Amino acid sequence: MNTVPHWGIFITEPMILGSDVLIVLTSVAIVFVLTKFKKWGWLWREWLTTVDHKKIGIMYLIAALLMLFRGGVDAELMRTQLALPNLSFLDAEHYDEIFTTHGIIMILFMAMPFIFALFNIVVPLQIGARDVAFPYLNAISFWLFFFGALLMNISFVIGGSPDAGWTSYPPLTELGFNPGPGENYYLLALQISGIGSMATGINFLVTILKMRAPGMTLWRMPLFTWSVLSSCVMILFAFPALTVALALLLLDRTLGAHFFTMLHGGNPMMFINLFWIWGHPEVYIVILPAFGVLSEVISTFSRKATFGYGSMVFALVAISIVGFLTWVHHFFTMGAGADVNLFFAIATMVVGIPTGVKVFNWLFTMYRGRIRMTLPMMWAVAFIPCFAIGGATGVMLAVAPADYQYHNSYFLVAHFHQALIGGAVLSLVAGMYYWWPKMFGFMLDERLGQWGFWFFNIGFYVCFMPQYALGLMGMTRRIYTYPAGLGWTVPNFISTIGAYMMGIGFLFIVWQILYSIKHGKRDVTGDPWDGRTLEWSLPSPAPHYNFATIPTIQGRDAWWMAKQGELDKKDFLPDKDDIKPIHMPKNSGRPFILSVSFFIIGLGIVFGVIPFEVIGGLGVAFCMFRRSFEYDTDYYVPVDEVIHTESALGRLQG
Amino acid sequence: MFRRFSRHLGKISAIVAAATVLLTGCSPEYQVLNPVGPVGRTEEHLIILSTVLVAIVLVPVFILLAVILYRYRDKPGNTAPYNPEWVDSRTLEYVWWGIPIVIIGILAAFTAKTIFTLTKPPEANIKPITVQVISLNWKWFFEYPDQKIATVNYCEIPTGVPVQFELTSDAPMNSFWIPQLGGQEYTMPGMAMRLWLQADKPGQYNGYGANFTGVGFEHMKFKVVAASQSDFNAWVNHVKTSSPVLTKAGYNELKKDGLANEASYSAYPPGLFNDVVMQNGGQYMYGSQTPSNSNSTKNSSGNMSNMNMDMSNMNMGH
Amino acid sequence: MTTLAHNNVEHHHGAGDHVHVDYPERPIEYQTQDGALKILGFWVFLATDLILFACLFATFIVLRTHTDGGPTGKELFDVPIFTAETLILLTSSFTGGLATFEMHRGHRNRVIGWLIVTALLGLAFVGLEVNEFVHMALEGATMQRSAFLSAFFTLVGTHGCHVSLGILWMTGIIIQLFQRGITPITARKVYIVNMYWHFLDVVWVFLFTIVYLMGVM
Repeated sequence: MNTVPHWGIFITEPMILGSDVLIVLTSVAIVFVLTKFKKWGWLWREWLTTVDHKKIGIMYLIAALLMLFRGGVDAELMRTQLALPNLSFLDAEHYDEIFTTHGIIMILFMAMPFIFALFNIVVPLQIGARDVAFPYLNAISFWLFFFGALLMNISFVIGGSPDAGWTSYPPLTELGFNPGPGENYYLLALQISGIGSMATGINFLVTILKMRAPGMTLWRMPLFTWSVLSSCVMILFAFPALTVALALLLLDRTLGAHFFTMLHGGNPMMFINLFWIWGHPEVYIVILPAFGVLSEVISTFSRKATFGYGSMVFALVAISIVGFLTWVHHFFTMGAGADVNLFFAIATMVVGIPTGVKVFNWLFTMYRGRIRMTLPMMWAVAFIPCFAIGGATGVMLAVAPADYQYHNSYFLVAHFHQALIGGAVLSLVAGMYYWWPKMFGFMLDERLGQWGFWFFNIGFYVCFMPQYALGLMGMTRRIYTYPAGLGWTVPNFISTIGAYMMGIGFLFIVWQILYSIKHGKRDVTGDPWDGRTLEWSLPSPAPHYNFATIPTIQGRDAWWMAKQGELDKKDFLPDKDDIKPIHMPKNSGRPFILSVSFFIIGLGIVFGVIPFEVIGGLGVAFCMFRRSFEYDTDYYVPVDEVIHTESALGRLQG
Repeated sequence: MFRRFSRHLGKISAIVAAATVLLTGCSPEYQVLNPVGPVGRTEEHLIILSTVLVAIVLVPVFILLAVILYRYRDKPGNTAPYNPEWVDSRTLEYVWWGIPIVIIGILAAFTAKTIFTLTKPPEANIKPITVQVISLNWKWFFEYPDQKIATVNYCEIPTGVPVQFELTSDAPMNSFWIPQLGGQEYTMPGMAMRLWLQADKPGQYNGYGANFTGVGFEHMKFKVVAASQSDFNAWVNHVKTSSPVLTKAGYNELKKDGLANEASYSAYPPGLFNDVVMQNGGQYMYGSQTPSNSNSTKNSSGNMSNMNMDMSNMNMGH
Repeated sequence: MTTLAHNNVEHHHGAGDHVHVDYPERPIEYQTQDGALKILGFWVFLATDLILFACLFATFIVLRTHTDGGPTGKELFDVPIFTAETLILLTSSFTGGLATFEMHRGHRNRVIGWLIVTALLGLAFVGLEVNEFVHMALEGATMQRSAFLSAFFTLVGTHGCHVSLGILWMTGIIIQLFQRGITPITARKVYIVNMYWHFLDVVWVFLFTIVYLMGVM
């Protein structure tokens, strides 16, 4: 193969050497701790082989926070380099790698696992199911994501990171212009984790359609579950396009095909179209669940049902459909005809309508409610103005002729950070805080959390508002430095200060989590927020089988209705005589081994090492055949065990 | 209490609005908001219009949010009504489905009008000039088919005359952007893209390569000088008499990865632009026709259908 | 209406061949809740696979004239060969259907027989396709020659890989039928592999039309 690893790079580059040392030290520390406390068996039995949606959700969450840290460090490095004109903190080559990995990691390896964390933790509890439809596949999804992320992250120290932007447009990413292994890493890492995402989409779609508790009709479903449903439908229709785009570019690079090359008839525009046919829906894939979180949080902390439930559902569905008709707005300037541009401009603006409606419905959920400013609510409230501006600038960008001026400038950079941080990150953090006690059984410290909140949110505006101005000043994205004298210095400097503030905010959140693990108040009620939906009828954390008996649902926000005395609260507690053996899936180590095999294949293709490809391929084939011949996949939790667990929790009736 | 709060809010928003206007409107650093030609001005108008229209939604959202958060806070003794059953109002829903629809309708109408306007030369009665642009790694190459001269990283144009830029790339795609004259257009290998711009004031303007093309990308800037027709003619004559000739070999040298200084050439290999387009895939888009309309007789139509990206046209239409 | 199977558990079974049935009134492949979920899940998977093929088709359609002076479809495609491929695959879809039919009537050996016929037909199809590819490569029409050929080999090859995988899969299920007979679990497997097989047949109809017929016209 033509991709020769630059082994010399290991030692010559101080930054890479530093990362090497850090990685080795961390790994040694982890191995040491696990060995010293004899935790290897525990790790394997409880986590690596688990098929429990709650544990998988927790692993997604940890991975997302780690990746938020990594992507955040990338961001701080970039902002440091751009703080003043003509700095040489980073050279062009490193800057290019860093903005590329920042984008990839934040979208694919931070936002995606973050939403999947909430899918996993919340959906089965919210709809009254004992697990997802395909628990084994769920574990495969997680481990594929995990090893995809690992592949992406080792690129920096082994052979070089991708450096052509997270959009990876050919022909810049073709072998002729980009010979190193970095781009291969990108293609393989996304491909491997993308398979996992697709499987998650299938899994949760079927779970939501088929595994709801009796009585929970679609119109009684909590809005978060509705948003997951819409998001899953989008995953299913969008991700195959990414799979194809990545695969074809990989064929160009490894087998000498000519899909997107400049010569021999290739057509680079085809990649750009395929990429954005996935890429734009991807934004909504991430944002729709965030909308769902917001509906839950705002309604709970306003002590009022979500205003205009029907409109909210309709808006979700509308966004998930119209979201597929907007992809060309990422390249209005690629010479599509005026008529084509007009169609996509209007379709993009139209997406703004249901989005705006949702904002008004949230406002009127709070109207005539009783608003408690807890941490989750603070993040949810911060979302509203932030996302409103992000959405408004989105409508401005949709005006194609104006976009000719915004495109590729910092105006665009500011917009999509506002849409994705304001839209996704703020509400995902709100969701994390909201469901944290349900996941772990303890509360997070409010005071530290408030420091984190104010640093992060004020930092956000300080960081990104100047970037709108920079865009109008003609500053283009992805430049690693800029000259003095254009008026760009002051806004850039302010923006860097904001980025540091956001970093400090993140550190406060980490501190808050570590502090609360030791000192956090235990949640013994299972319902610390006075919640409305089914998950709050369970203890925190929920037993591994979730529901000892499945409740019958008689209304929207049934748990709230029970607490108000409109329904019988006893319906939500198990009766001794009703408990039957519970059918549960068995743990399996195969999803882990299967994903390791995919990782080995990926590594093999990145460097063109055929033995790796063969070994990994055999591993995959072996795992799949073993699974096909496996019949002993599940077991029954005995009645005694259920009764014992439930009575220890003080929930048993009769 | 509440009234005082809202008065403060009014004051604050007035200050913010004033500050925004001061910051943006006047300062010359805001190249996009200080256009010097009709295309940039049209786009600026649309930017302002869209800002105002989205503000119609944004401002009420901010005010409502502040008021609601304050008024319905969960404090003992709060006398504001608490009505947890009030979760539907058809009238209100009509209002906030209706308002965005109307706003989007207005914006869409203006967008449509402008999209089509920008495909035509900004001045119908003045004979336009054509400049062909090739983006290379990492420099800009300009050729003047009517004047038969060429330049690198430097582009001079006459004021008051519509300029038809024809854009392509002989390297990974870039984007050709002169903010003060108007919006950008990609330079694509194998395609001849068209962009109308015009400068009304003499001066020097910044040009940028806006789409990332690798390590030298930051240096893909160029200088645009707008001069009166007579100054422009004088410049052309000066280049013709004093600059070297660019040969095919010279172009191939220029094409190699690397940076370049400003340069000018009294001549360049004839048909260079078309050859570059054709060899990078233009044959599948234009067939045997020539991608360029450099004889500048088709100025009125702006002929967008050639570059229509509609896939069926593009790939089966010949 | 949706109900959780777990509520219907009346008696407790250990692991093994004795399969617990949730819905005795349904067709055999739908009798366990797991079976019903997996069949729906597989329908959804097929939808994603369909979109994957749609993207490959779109790419092929965009690039089909981009021959770079190299061989065109008209020069390369052999009418008798691709017609034979089509007939073989259509027939195999029919025999696969017969396997499902016999499964519902409870005839284990006939199910196995028809599945073997189906897999063999699939093997013949793959053999013809490999042969076709090798011939084209020997004539210099490789994936590296032009964008058209890149798109051709990728689209048709992806379908061929699907068929090959289907043959391996079917072989595994045939073995399981030998071992365990027709149970709700093996029946679900037969049903799903048949869904997959029919799907590939449908994709081939489009391949036949868009790649081959339009190629030689």
